[in-house]
Amino acid sequence: MKHLLDFQGWSRAQVESLLDTARVMREVLERPVKKVPALQGFTVATVFFEPSTRTRTSFELAARRMSADVVSFTAATSSLQKGESYKDTLLTLEAMGIDAYVIRADAAGVPHQATRWVKGAIINGGDGRRAHPTQALLDAYTLLEALGSLEGKKIAIVGDILHSRVARSNAELLSLLGAEVWCAGPPSLLPQALPGARLTPSLEEALGEADAVMVLRLQKERMETGLVYLEEYIARYQVTERRLGLAKPQAPLLHPGPMNRDVELEGTLADSERSLVNRQVQNGVAVRMAVLYHLLVGREEA
Amino acid sequence: MRFKAELMNAEEMRRALHRIAHEIVEANKGVEGLALIGIHTRGIPLAERIARYLREFEGKEVPVGTLDITLYRDDLTEIGVRPKVRETRIPFDLTGKAVVLVDDVLYTGRTARAALDALMDLGRPKRIYLAVLVDRGHRELPIRADFVGKNVPTAKSEVVKVKVLEVDGEDRVELWEKEEA
Repeated sequence: MKHLLDFQGWSRAQVESLLDTARVMREVLERPVKKVPALQGFTVATVFFEPSTRTRTSFELAARRMSADVVSFTAATSSLQKGESYKDTLLTLEAMGIDAYVIRADAAGVPHQATRWVKGAIINGGDGRRAHPTQALLDAYTLLEALGSLEGKKIAIVGDILHSRVARSNAELLSLLGAEVWCAGPPSLLPQALPGARLTPSLEEALGEADAVMVLRLQKERMETGLVYLEEYIARYQVTERRLGLAKPQAPLLHPGPMNRDVELEGTLADSERSLVNRQVQNGVAVRMAVLYHLLVGREEA
Repeated sequence: MRFKAELMNAEEMRRALHRIAHEIVEANKGVEGLALIGIHTRGIPLAERIARYLREFEGKEVPVGTLDITLYRDDLTEIGVRPKVRETRIPFDLTGKAVVLVDDVLYTGRTARAALDALMDLGRPKRIYLAVLVDRGHRELPIRADFVGKNVPTAKSEVVKVKVLEVDGEDRVELWEKEEA
């Protein structure tokens, strides 16, 4: 694959091969020298039209651990000129000789368009509500570490499903890897349909016998627009110790961060043994190293 | 590719590895502080066999690790097909050890160069040796092997195929000719 925009066109074997590479990268991160010369001579640009310190830091660290050069471009753009400024920005970087672009944008589809503007590999670092494929890959990797296999496993995703690119990419990827994905949230925050997932307004239905639970962040702006009321959300959808009892014993807990403690998740659970949040962050670097290796080095074996 | 000749049979391979094991003990004055590291893919079973012979001769266990050099290759910017990255597993501290790198064939020396760089990032061995089953010449770097099973003069148009029981189902070293493109 030349680009990573979402998982359309990716086969299960391609994803599994990438996750195999990530396993080796994870081991590299535990060495005394946490760096390999693999991408010496390549230049990676992180182009963030929407701020995100965590994702950008993770990508930049991944690129540096692989010995690539890294340039970083962060821009806030006015809504009127967006179409033009995305393209201009990328063409400017193109002139500097960039091999891979990590693009984050508040508008869906910008990474797709970018594949027509520049020659390098495009990695979607999150676009609008559409997709966040490297988050899904690191979640899949973390789940595989905890569960061994995803085949037939029930994964519950809880929260604002409607606005979440994390939910969308995870539904796509985890179902590709054989999991049964259940998404639960208030009816006002559920889409009509979500490819790869079953939707339910019942938290209990999603959590029942789940092998793992992923809790999404509840964005403040959703409350401002009256889509949901905080007290009501907490009362009906907060993942608590008691509600987690519906899932399988020891079912791990994931959260893409940043977390609103005691909103979407009972605060004490975040620090409990079940929480894989720190593991997700560590695995994020390894998975992104693997993505860079797969997109930049050679072509796929026939 | 066209088969040309058998370079070694199973018995000759066993004798060569036996001799290498003896030479290692001699060079290192015993097996104290020794470690073997097999380079993917066929260096690994060869390293395990040498470790077995060392156990038989000296009655002592020598630790064995595996090394994948893919991320240290010098041709990744221009490579055709993306090489699969495999596991490096060295379950012991390299620092202060006398390490024997084991590979099947020594050719240009580029794999050995990559392996040396990788080892340096994994620890600080006291000494690194290189053991190969076949040295076929045509070095492109100033690298030589300390222990060689068999020296084989070859043409660049030829391919040396080492087959090992654990990977290929038989022990045999073959010489092949690349077909004209």
